[in-house]
Amino acid sequence: MSKHHEIDEATGVSTTGHVWDGDLKELNKPLPRWWLYTMYACTVWAIGYWILYPAWPTVNGYTKGMLGYSQRETVMREVQDGRKAQESFRKELAATPMADVRKKPEVLRFANAIGAAAFGTNCAPCHGRGAQGFSGYPNLNDDDWIWGGTIDDIHKTISFGIRGEHADSRAGEMPKFGIDKLLEPAQINDTAEYVLSMSKKSNDAAAAGRGSKVYAENCAACHGEKGEGNKELGAPNLADAIWLYGSRKDDVIMSIATGRGGKMPAWSGRLDDVTVKALAVYVHNLGGGK
Amino acid sequence: MEMPKDIRKADPLQPSGHDLSHVGREHADVTAVNASEGRSLYADRQWVYPKLARGYYRRLKWALMAITLGLYYIVPWIRWNRGPDLPSQAVILDMQHERFFMFGLEIWPQEFYYVTGLLILASLTLFLVTALAGRVWCGYFCPQTVWTDLMVAIERFWQGDRNARIRLDKEPWGPVKIFKKSMTHLSWLALAIATGGAFVFYFADAPTLLKQLLNGTAPATAYMFIGIFAGTTYVLGGIAREQVCIYMCPWPRIQGAMIDKDSFLVSYRDHRGEPRGPIRKGEAPGVKGDCIDCKACIAVCPMGIDIRDGAQLECIQCALCIDACDDIMHKVGRKDKLIGYTTLADLEAEGTGSSAKPKLVRSRTMLYFGLIAAVGLIMLGTLSMRSVLELNVLPERNPFFVRLSDGSIRNTYTIKILNKLHEPRTFAIKVRNLPNARVAIAEGGAEAEAKITAPTDAIGETRVFVIVPEDKLADLSADAHTFDLIVMDVKSGQESHRTTTFRRR
Repeated sequence: MSKHHEIDEATGVSTTGHVWDGDLKELNKPLPRWWLYTMYACTVWAIGYWILYPAWPTVNGYTKGMLGYSQRETVMREVQDGRKAQESFRKELAATPMADVRKKPEVLRFANAIGAAAFGTNCAPCHGRGAQGFSGYPNLNDDDWIWGGTIDDIHKTISFGIRGEHADSRAGEMPKFGIDKLLEPAQINDTAEYVLSMSKKSNDAAAAGRGSKVYAENCAACHGEKGEGNKELGAPNLADAIWLYGSRKDDVIMSIATGRGGKMPAWSGRLDDVTVKALAVYVHNLGGGK
Repeated sequence: MEMPKDIRKADPLQPSGHDLSHVGREHADVTAVNASEGRSLYADRQWVYPKLARGYYRRLKWALMAITLGLYYIVPWIRWNRGPDLPSQAVILDMQHERFFMFGLEIWPQEFYYVTGLLILASLTLFLVTALAGRVWCGYFCPQTVWTDLMVAIERFWQGDRNARIRLDKEPWGPVKIFKKSMTHLSWLALAIATGGAFVFYFADAPTLLKQLLNGTAPATAYMFIGIFAGTTYVLGGIAREQVCIYMCPWPRIQGAMIDKDSFLVSYRDHRGEPRGPIRKGEAPGVKGDCIDCKACIAVCPMGIDIRDGAQLECIQCALCIDACDDIMHKVGRKDKLIGYTTLADLEAEGTGSSAKPKLVRSRTMLYFGLIAAVGLIMLGTLSMRSVLELNVLPERNPFFVRLSDGSIRNTYTIKILNKLHEPRTFAIKVRNLPNARVAIAEGGAEAEAKITAPTDAIGETRVFVIVPEDKLADLSADAHTFDLIVMDVKSGQESHRTTTFRRR
């Protein structure tokens, strides 16, 4: 310390010698030296970090660090580890017959979980995130199934698709009664009235009466005499409350005139068998499965 | 530090008021502020060599150390029968299953406010104790104090008391010094590892974990935490010691706001002691005070301070200086408690020959006491009303509703039941204020009886369907109809409900 150092009377501590405003002095309270060493240690640590880990941006990239650490690779490794962890479940799901999946809670939970993920990626664009469907894309939560609602039916539909190129694809064409001029516009109108009357939605009893004859000749073969539909042919039930293309008269006329014929791709080649199976379990479990 | 008395005068650009006609032989009023002498901005640490004190407070501290360390080591080994599937350890923070068990108390993550309440109680108690008797926590109970005390005792065991340790440190290195120093550090390390080792037992079943630790099969995190705690114990308790209290801990700064002139503090009775000075033969009695300036109080101080300077930030109020001073006072035949627990008010009064009665009941202590009582009562109340069943209902929002083929409308709800009982429970699910509704649960697609079983001490989760037929939809109060979803324990009849909405469109 200085030869001239002054001791502050009140505290007994020496002052730095700085004086402001005539009498304001600064007590000499030096930092403990180990604080300084702590800072040096942190600096050394930081330099070590720069050397070992990705740190500094460069013009075309960044310094990679000696350990070769990469968050992207870490994620990829974690994904692989996740897949490995799934392996035993996947094997068990593959080995379990469709009908028994429900009896094994662990397998069911796994199938539901990966089914939900696969649904979000592959099915949601058409059927909606909550499988609620849109006009022309069925709601998968309800209990009305055009091609059958048992888990095996659903599995088949997902695997091979509808009206697609796959050899086992669901097939069934409705004639384009209007476009191909198979029926007169008036007949189509009457038929539409009759179809609506099956679910008590018709206001024109006379037209519906005329339509019943047209229906019996042209539609009943596939849709059934009472409009109950035929799942083998993909002919929807016309008497229930669910309408894939809408229940307004115009919607029904459009359906008769064009034959509609919505398509769905086959997923068996695009997704692996276990995922397709899990999708079937998930969709069946949504609430409408038979 | 060499600095000019007035820095402005040293500035050559500022005329200093001197007569400029003398330029050339002017004597500059300047100092070499950065001269090498005394330039250091950092203070070297002065090692403290606490001498062993003997007396009441030293014995009290040994006893409290035995109790606190004993509790720390023994508590994880206390067994508590909670039935199968649950930990049989009285106090365990079960991270894996997200439960905190403390004897009969069980806390779920959702109930962590109980722990918050305990922490509030602890801090209020700390405030009260500080208001009554200063830094009792720092002096007797703080782990930093307890472990440092133990570390110093170990040091003393291998290297001797204060004077022997100072001598040893001044000696050149030789076999004896190497032996004594290395034995000290090895013992510190052993204690540090034992400290970290005991800590992990609060997070897993102690006997199982001990077996795993010994045969090397314990989880890596256990070894990691033992390492971290051993390292901090060794560094903070063995090496850093009083530096932790002086430079790292916020409490010394806060405690100034907690004490007042009626708080009992370890104080030097300066009115009795001053003027201090050694006893000289033939000196007239009464000229000097009782303090013979033997510095025994400084020698025993673990913080390396002089209590005669009065209350200070560095003082942890461990009271060892009381023992040291009393010892000397007995030897020289003077009244003891020259250093003792007293209040600032009393100290002041004694100076004028009177005395001030200790005031335990004062607004500050009553406020702390009232707050402690209030928080304690609120916690007792909530604990006694703690529900062993909790229900959460999440209505499905995508889609809000599903039309079924018969025209009826179905809403879906995910319900979560927190079963806090230590047995599996089955609940029936019902609705209230929703006429003509059917309740079912989703099971493999089909509807099944609306029942759910929640496992022991866990959450049961299921999707529930509520269906209203088409012809009854008009009876609902609105498109979003409010109703109650109820779960009822089939065995006990205990019910819980959540109000939610049914959407028909």
